[in-house]
Amino acid sequence: MIRTFLIGIILGAVAAAGALYAFPAVDQEREPSLVSVAPNGGNIEMFHVNVPMDRVLVGAPSEAGAVPDGLEWPDDASLVGVRTEMFKIRNARDSVVGIAARTTATRGDEDIIDWVLHLPARGSVFASMESNLREGGIRDGAIRSGSREFSSLGGSLTERWIADTSGDEDAPQGRIELQAIYRGQPERLADEQEAVE
Amino acid sequence: MKHIVSLLVGMAAGVMLFCLGLVYNPFIADRGVSPLAVAGADVITLTFSPVPDETIVYTNDGESVHLPNPVRVQQLWEPPVRQTTAAVMQMRNARGEPAGLGIKFGSRSESTRLLRGDVIQDSAWYLYLPEHGSLFIHQSEDYWPFLRDVAFSAWRNSANNWRGGWFGDTTAGPGALGTAAAKGASGELRSLDMEAVESLSVKAFSTDIGLIAAEGRLVIAMPEDEAAGEVD
Repeated sequence: MIRTFLIGIILGAVAAAGALYAFPAVDQEREPSLVSVAPNGGNIEMFHVNVPMDRVLVGAPSEAGAVPDGLEWPDDASLVGVRTEMFKIRNARDSVVGIAARTTATRGDEDIIDWVLHLPARGSVFASMESNLREGGIRDGAIRSGSREFSSLGGSLTERWIADTSGDEDAPQGRIELQAIYRGQPERLADEQEAVE
Repeated sequence: MKHIVSLLVGMAAGVMLFCLGLVYNPFIADRGVSPLAVAGADVITLTFSPVPDETIVYTNDGESVHLPNPVRVQQLWEPPVRQTTAAVMQMRNARGEPAGLGIKFGSRSESTRLLRGDVIQDSAWYLYLPEHGSLFIHQSEDYWPFLRDVAFSAWRNSANNWRGGWFGDTTAGPGALGTAAAKGASGELRSLDMEAVESLSVKAFSTDIGLIAAEGRLVIAMPEDEAAGEVD
């Protein structure tokens, strides 16, 4: 009987190890990426934010419409002129696929508008936007950095506010449309190759 | 019959022994000193509170140990973001003075391997520091040492809490030396590629409400060939 007990211990330990090996401790839910090919190279992916439904945070000093209720924004001189918003972001099928933060600030004569898009199953994208809008109310920006799936990608990000004109009672006020164009960053040639060329 | 009972009891004991071996695995070594501590580069040191009640905003799926703050903040309940947390925190410099704003997104990582003692979270920081500019940091964090030393100890305690002093680096990559990658976007940090390390100092923890007293630290190292600006 002792021998059976010892065999049981070994079996139990092996079964536990096998279970840990076979079943992932974390399994992120994935929505299929809806990507199309850009005419001049790269891949296009569209995201949008339904306003106000997808707003998680609107924070700025002395702002009346702060979100969420009960928000205590720091009363700090260094944060004057800083506005941070956080949203859930949706793909082209209107499914929530991630979360994003948009921060605007004025630092001397420099206007800062930055986006961070965090897609849990894929990685994060960081983009800096230009301060001026171009025709059509579109703001251009450049993807500066990314993690995991986006770590080797550059490209651009544009944002545009589209007001809702449907007049439906439960329709959002509008949406922020984000268009990301991913382009692979050319690999740096080895020094010898560069010298040859 | 008694052989079957003996086998089942043995299997249960085997599973328990395996779990104990996992927690006290001598082959899983702590990472030791932060690579930035011995690098000699100029650094920006920032501190923040990771305790949800002390953040400006903290949100998750609403069913985790840590409760969202403020209470009415929108929760991340949709399946693709259910294993994600988002926090906005006031950052302080090494002297404890306000230094800016930090936004942190963290998601449980599929590269978690309990057998190897890896409990990984993929996280991204956005920092706006009026004195320096803005930057983005992305990293993999390993919470195994924290879970083993603090959370497991609290779970074993009959009161489900832990008090003491625990300090450790959570950053485990993607840098070869276990550092996070940082990219400057504006101000004096514009276009700089930097490294960073996040660490956690915990004084009190409860398995019912999570972190009670803790401080986070973020050390950002300037590139050594760049003339760094003001350093805290």
